[in-house]
Amino acid sequence: MLMLFCLFFGGLYAQTKKPVSHTGTTSSVARGKIVYANICLACHMADGGGVQNMNPPLIQTTYVLGDKTALIKIVLNGFKEDVEINGQTYSNNMTPHSDLKDQQIADVLTYVRKSFGNKASTVTMAEVKKVRAANVTK
Amino acid sequence: MKMKKLLILLLPVFAVMGLIVFNACKSADKNTGGAVNAGLTLPDGFIAVAVAENLGSARHLVVTPQHDIYVHLAGAKNGKGILVLHEEGNQTTLKTSFASYGGTGIAIKNGYLYASNNTEVFRYKLNDKDEVINPDQPEKIVTGLISKRMHEPKAIALDNDGNIYVNIGAYSNICSDFDPQKKGCPILDSAAGIWQFKADKLNQHYGDGIRYAGGLRNVVGLDWNQQDDQLFVMQHGRDALHDLYPNLYTVHQSAELPAECMFALKKGDNAGWPYVYYDWMQNKNLLGPEYGGDGNKPADPKFINPVAAYPGHYAPDGLLFYTGNQFPEKYKNGAFIAFHGSWNRAPEPQAGYCVVFQPFKDGKPDGKWEVFADGFAGTAEQKASGRAVHRPCGLAQGPDGSLYVTDDVKGTIYKITYSK
Ligand code: HEC
Repeated sequence: MLMLFCLFFGGLYAQTKKPVSHTGTTSSVARGKIVYANICLACHMADGGGVQNMNPPLIQTTYVLGDKTALIKIVLNGFKEDVEINGQTYSNNMTPHSDLKDQQIADVLTYVRKSFGNKASTVTMAEVKKVRAANVTK
Repeated sequence: MKMKKLLILLLPVFAVMGLIVFNACKSADKNTGGAVNAGLTLPDGFIAVAVAENLGSARHLVVTPQHDIYVHLAGAKNGKGILVLHEEGNQTTLKTSFASYGGTGIAIKNGYLYASNNTEVFRYKLNDKDEVINPDQPEKIVTGLISKRMHEPKAIALDNDGNIYVNIGAYSNICSDFDPQKKGCPILDSAAGIWQFKADKLNQHYGDGIRYAGGLRNVVGLDWNQQDDQLFVMQHGRDALHDLYPNLYTVHQSAELPAECMFALKKGDNAGWPYVYYDWMQNKNLLGPEYGGDGNKPADPKFINPVAAYPGHYAPDGLLFYTGNQFPEKYKNGAFIAFHGSWNRAPEPQAGYCVVFQPFKDGKPDGKWEVFADGFAGTAEQKASGRAVHRPCGLAQGPDGSLYVTDDVKGTIYKITYSK
C-alpha cells in the first residue's frame, strides 16, 4: 500500500517536473508514435512487448539500442533471419517498409529508442537518407 | 455514541485489512487447481480441473484407455519432447518422458503412437497397455518436410485405411514475398496443404506422398470425422488486410476478417490460399486484394467453400470430434475447437482464447457455434492486450468421455467433465 502511494505521488511529481519543450526530439517522438501506431503496432504491440514466439519485443534489444545503420536497414529491408533476440526465436517475417519517408523512419525509430523503457539516442533524417542511399545496391 | 463513531472511523481500516487477507488467500492459490473450475467458465453441469500444471509449452495430446496422457511439448525440455503422465483421481504423476525433439503433432492409431517435429513424422510401437515399447528407437515414417520459420508445426491425423495426413504450412502470410508479379504463388507444390502418406511405410519423402488438399495457409487443428469418414481441418486465415490495403479495409474489418475456416476435405480439393479468403460477415468466398479483389469481388468457384466460419485471427489450434457418451446428447459427434487466441487484431482488443463447440448433424455443421470453455486468458485486460495467462491448444477425449485441453503458455492440462 505504501509502495503504491509512493509510486502514485512519485509519478505525479515526475510528470509535473517534466519540461514541456518544443525541441526537435520531442516532436520527432510524437510523430514517430503515430507511425508506430499505423505500421509497427500490429506486430510489436502497443507496449512494444511483441507476441510470444512470433514477433519480438522492442524492449532493450541489441537491435533497438545498438548500431543505427543496422536498425534503419531492418525497417527498410524487413527482417527474416533465424536469430535469437534476447534468447528467443521468432517465427513471423517482418515485411520491408522502404515506402516510408526518411523522416518517418527517423521518427519511428526515435520513438522506439525512447519508449518502452528504452533510452537511446535519436535517429535523424540525414542518417536514414545515408543508409538508404547505400542500401540501393541490394 | 463514541463507540459508534470510532467504528465508523475504523471501518475503512477493517476493509483494507479484509482486502489484504482476501488477496493473501488469492495468491495462496498459486495453481489454477485452487480456483473454481481451474479459472474457466463452462456451461451448467460441467466442471474443470487442472490435472497437470507447469509442463512447458504443451501442444497436442492423446489419452489412452489406461489413463496415460501423452503430451507433445513445442520444445524439448531436458532433452525430452513427449511427456507421459498417468492420471488418477484428477491428479497426474509424470510416468516417463522421451523423444529428443519438440513438436505439435501426436496421435495413436492401430497400436502405434505417431508424433512429429517440424520436418519429420515418427512412430513408436505400443504394448497392450498402450505404453511405448522402445522410446529411443522410433521408426521414421516421413522425412524432409519443408520448415521455414513460419507455420512450421506439422500437425497430424490418421484415417481408417492406413494413411496419415500431415499439415505443411505456408512459410508466408500471403505469398507476396514469393509472387511479387502475381503470376501464381510458387510455393504451393511443397507447402500450404495437407499431404497424405502411408502410416506404415518408412522414410517417405514428398515424392512418396500425395498433396491431398492444397491452398491451405496453415492448419494446426485437424481430425478425422468417423461419421463421414472424412478429414476436417481448421485453417488459420491470413493477416493484415488493413495494413496492406488501408483503402479497401478498415481497422475493424481487418480485425474481424478473414474468417478462420473449417473445411471438410476430399482428395484434390483446393481451398484457394493465397488467392481467396472467406468473409464470415457477408458469408462469401472472396477474391483476395493481392489478386485483384476489393472486398466484394467473388472468388473463383473452383475453390472450395468452408463448411463453417469463425471470427478473424482466433487461431484454431485444436479440433476434436466428440464421440463420447459422458456429455449431453447435443455434443455427440459435434466438434470442439481450441482457439489459441489472436495477436493480429491490434489496435482492437485481442480475442479468442477459448474452446468453442460447433454442433453437427449427419456429419455437417448444423447451427451456430457457441463458446464452450472460456477464461483461459485471465482478466479482461490480459485478454485484450494479448498477454494471455493460458492459451488453449490441444484437445483429446478420455476413455470415459472427458475432454482434455492443453495450454501452451504455462503447460496446464484441463480436464472437463459433466455430471447431471
Ligand atoms: C508483420 C509484422 C511486423 C511489422 C508490421 C513490423 N515488424 Fe519488426 N519484426 C517483426 C518480426 C517477425 C521480427 C523478427 C524477425 C526475425 O526474427 O528474423 C521483427 C524484428 C524487428 C526488429 C529487430 C529485433 C528486435 O526485436 O529488436 C526491430 C528493431 C523491428 N522489428 C522494428 C520494427 C519497426 C520500427 C516497425 C514499424 C516500422 C516494425 N518492426 C514493423 C515483425 C514486424
